[in-house]
Amino acid sequence: MDRRNFIKTIGVVGASVLPARSLRSEEIANEAVEFKGILVDTTRCAGCQNCSVVCAESHELPEPDLDEMFEINGNRPTTPDQWTTISRFEVGDEEIYVKKQCMHCNQPACATACPTKALLKTEEGPVIWRGDKCMGCRFCMISCPYDIPKFEYDSPNPRIMKCVMCWEKLNEGEIPECVANCPEEAIVFGTRRELIDQAKSRIYTEPDRYVHEIYGEHEVGGTGYLYLAGVPFDQLGFKNDLGNVAYPEYTKTFLYSVPFVITLWPAFLLALHNATKKDEKDVEGGM
Amino acid sequence: MEIATKEKPILAQEGKRFFKFILSEFKPKGKLITPFNIFAAIVISVGVVLIAIRFLTGLSSVTNLSQEFPWGIWIGFDVITGVAFAGGAYVLTFMVYILRLEKYHPIIRITVLNGFLAYVFYAGALLLDLGRPWHVINPVIGNSFGVSSVMFLVAWHFMLYMMAEFIEFSPAVAEWLGWKRIRKVLAGMTLGAVILGITLSTLHQSGLGALFLMAKGKIHPLWYSEFIPILFFVSSIFAGLSMVILEGSISHKLFHKRLSREIRHSHNDILMGLSKICAGALFVYFFLKVLVFIHEHSWTYLNTPWGYWFLLEVAGFVIIPLRLYMLGYRNKNFTLIKVAAVLALIGIILNRLNTSVIAYNWQNFGSYVPTWMELEITLTVILVEIIVLRWIVNRMPILSESPAWALSGNVRDRVQKIFLVKEKANKEEKEQWKVSTM
Repeated sequence: MDRRNFIKTIGVVGASVLPARSLRSEEIANEAVEFKGILVDTTRCAGCQNCSVVCAESHELPEPDLDEMFEINGNRPTTPDQWTTISRFEVGDEEIYVKKQCMHCNQPACATACPTKALLKTEEGPVIWRGDKCMGCRFCMISCPYDIPKFEYDSPNPRIMKCVMCWEKLNEGEIPECVANCPEEAIVFGTRRELIDQAKSRIYTEPDRYVHEIYGEHEVGGTGYLYLAGVPFDQLGFKNDLGNVAYPEYTKTFLYSVPFVITLWPAFLLALHNATKKDEKDVEGGM
Repeated sequence: MEIATKEKPILAQEGKRFFKFILSEFKPKGKLITPFNIFAAIVISVGVVLIAIRFLTGLSSVTNLSQEFPWGIWIGFDVITGVAFAGGAYVLTFMVYILRLEKYHPIIRITVLNGFLAYVFYAGALLLDLGRPWHVINPVIGNSFGVSSVMFLVAWHFMLYMMAEFIEFSPAVAEWLGWKRIRKVLAGMTLGAVILGITLSTLHQSGLGALFLMAKGKIHPLWYSEFIPILFFVSSIFAGLSMVILEGSISHKLFHKRLSREIRHSHNDILMGLSKICAGALFVYFFLKVLVFIHEHSWTYLNTPWGYWFLLEVAGFVIIPLRLYMLGYRNKNFTLIKVAAVLALIGIILNRLNTSVIAYNWQNFGSYVPTWMELEITLTVILVEIIVLRWIVNRMPILSESPAWALSGNVRDRVQKIFLVKEKANKEEKEQWKVSTM
C-alpha cells in the first residue's frame, strides 16, 4: 500500500466513522438527561406561603386561604385547588414549616397504575397529568403512597389535580414558580444528583443544624423532591414506613406471571380436554 | 353470486319474519302488574334520575366518595364482589367442557348467561364510577396503552371475557331465532371460547386482587398481603359456585314451568356435587388464609377491634360455610347447602369490601359510608339485570329444552336415557301397584 492509498483509506474510514461517532455521542447525550428535582430545606422556610400563592396564580387555581395554616398543627394535605401547601409543626418551642406537594417519584406508583398513561413520568423528571387520556378511574389515588392525586368530585368533567413541577415552564427553559418566588431560598431547583450533593454538603458544613438524612433520597426508590430537616422527619408528618422499594415492584411479579398464564394455560386446558375424551362421539362441542 | 341472487327474496322474507318475531317477543309474557314489577319500576325510575344527576353535576352529588376514599361500593361491591360472584361461569365451563363432567351440563347455559349478564351490568357499573367515562375507549384503541397497569389488564380482560361468554351463550340465541346454520358455526366456537374464558378469568379474578398491591400501607395488614391475587382467585371459585347454587334454587322456583326434564331430574344431584366442590375450594381458601396470616406475622393485630372483625370474617363466613357444606353433602340436606351458600357469599362480600373499602385507609380518621343514593343506584343495576335475565330465560332455551333440531347426538342420547330410566321406573311402580292391588 503506498502513501496515497493509505491516506485515502484513512480518509474513507474516518469519514464513515465520523457520523457514527456523532450518532453515538447523541445517544449518550440522550441517556444523560437527568431527572430534575427540588430540594426543600425546612430549616430555612419561614412559612410565608408565597409558594402556594404563586402556584395558584400560575395554574389558574383559586387564591389559597393563608390563615388556614395557623389553625392546624400538623399535616395539611393538598387539595384540588391547592397543589402545594405549607404545614406548620410545633416541635418543642419552635415552629417548623414544611412544604408538601407531589414528590415526583423516580418510579411513580400513579403512573404505573394509570391504564391510559394519563399520568406520565416525563424524561425531565416531573410527573404530569394529561386530560385527553384520563378516564377518571382514580386508581392513581389508590396507589400513590403519599395520597397526592386529588380528584374534582364536584365537577361533571373532573380532573386529577396535583403539582406538575411547572412542566410547561421547564420546557421553555424556566424554573418552577415556587422556586423562583421563594424569598428565603428554602427551595432549590436542579438535577437530582446536584441536589443530593448540595444537601450532603449542607449537612457536612453544618452538622448540628440538620438531621443526617435526606428524605427522598431512597424512599420508595427515590423521589424528585428532596427534604432536609432539623428534627427527625416523622415529627414533620413524613411517612417513615414506606420502605425503599419502588412501588411498581409490588405488582411486577403478578404482571410477569401474565404472559406465562396466557400462553401455558390454554395449552394445558386443551390437553386436559383431549385427555378426558372418552370416545369419538364426544368430540363435538356446543351446549 | 348465483346463490345470492337466488336467496334475495328469501332473505327479505326471512328479515320480515325476523323483525315480526323480535317485536312479538318484546311483549311481556306474564302479568305486568306484580309486586316485584312495581317495586322494580319505582327503584329504577329513581335510579335513572340519580344517574342523570351524577353525570350532570359530578360524583359528589350522589356519592360519599372523598380524597381519602376514592373507591366506594360501586367499585368494592358492584365490580369487585360482582365479578367474584360471576365466577361460576368459568368454573362450570371448566368442569363441563374440559373435564367433561356431563352431570353439570344441564345448568351450563343458565350459569353462563348469569355470568355474562353480571359482567355486562356489574362491570358496566364501572362506567358510572369513572370520572371521565368518555375516555374509556382510550386503553382499547391503543392511543395510550398503560401496559404496566393492572387496571389496564383487568379492563381488557373484562372486555374479552364478555365476548367469550357471549360466544359460549350464543347457540341459545341462534336456537331462539331458529338460525340452524349459524347455530352450528357458533357451537363450533364453544371450546375455543371456553378455553379463552377460563384463561382470562384466572387472570382477571386474581387481577382484581392485584389492583390493591400498590395500596401497601393503606390496607390493614390483616387484609393486605402479596398473595391477595391468589386469595381472590381461589375465593372466586366457591363464590361463583355458591352463587350457582343459590340462583339455581331460586330459578327452580321462579321458572318452574320452563324447566327442562333434564334439569328437574338432575337438580338435586347437581347441588350435591357443587356443595362438595365448594367445600373443597373453601378448605383450600381457609388453608391459604392461615398460611398468609402466619407468613405476614399478623399475630399482634389479632387482639384489636380489627382482629375481631377479621376473625368474624374467617370463622363466621369461611369455616362455618365449609362445615355446613360438608354436613349438607353428607346428610343430603339441601337446606344446609343453601344456608352454606348464603354464608359463603356474605363472606365474599365482607372480604372484598374489607379489602377495598372498610380496612382501606384504616389509619386515617375519616371513614366512608355510602349514601342512600349509591345504594339505590346499585339496586337499580341489580334489578335491571334481573329483568333482562327474566326476559331472556322466558324466551330462549336456557332452562327449557333446546329445539329438537339443535340437539347433537350425545345430548339427545343423554336426555333419552334419563327419560327411559324414568319411564322404566314409572312402569315398574305401576306394575308394583298392580301387583299389590291384585
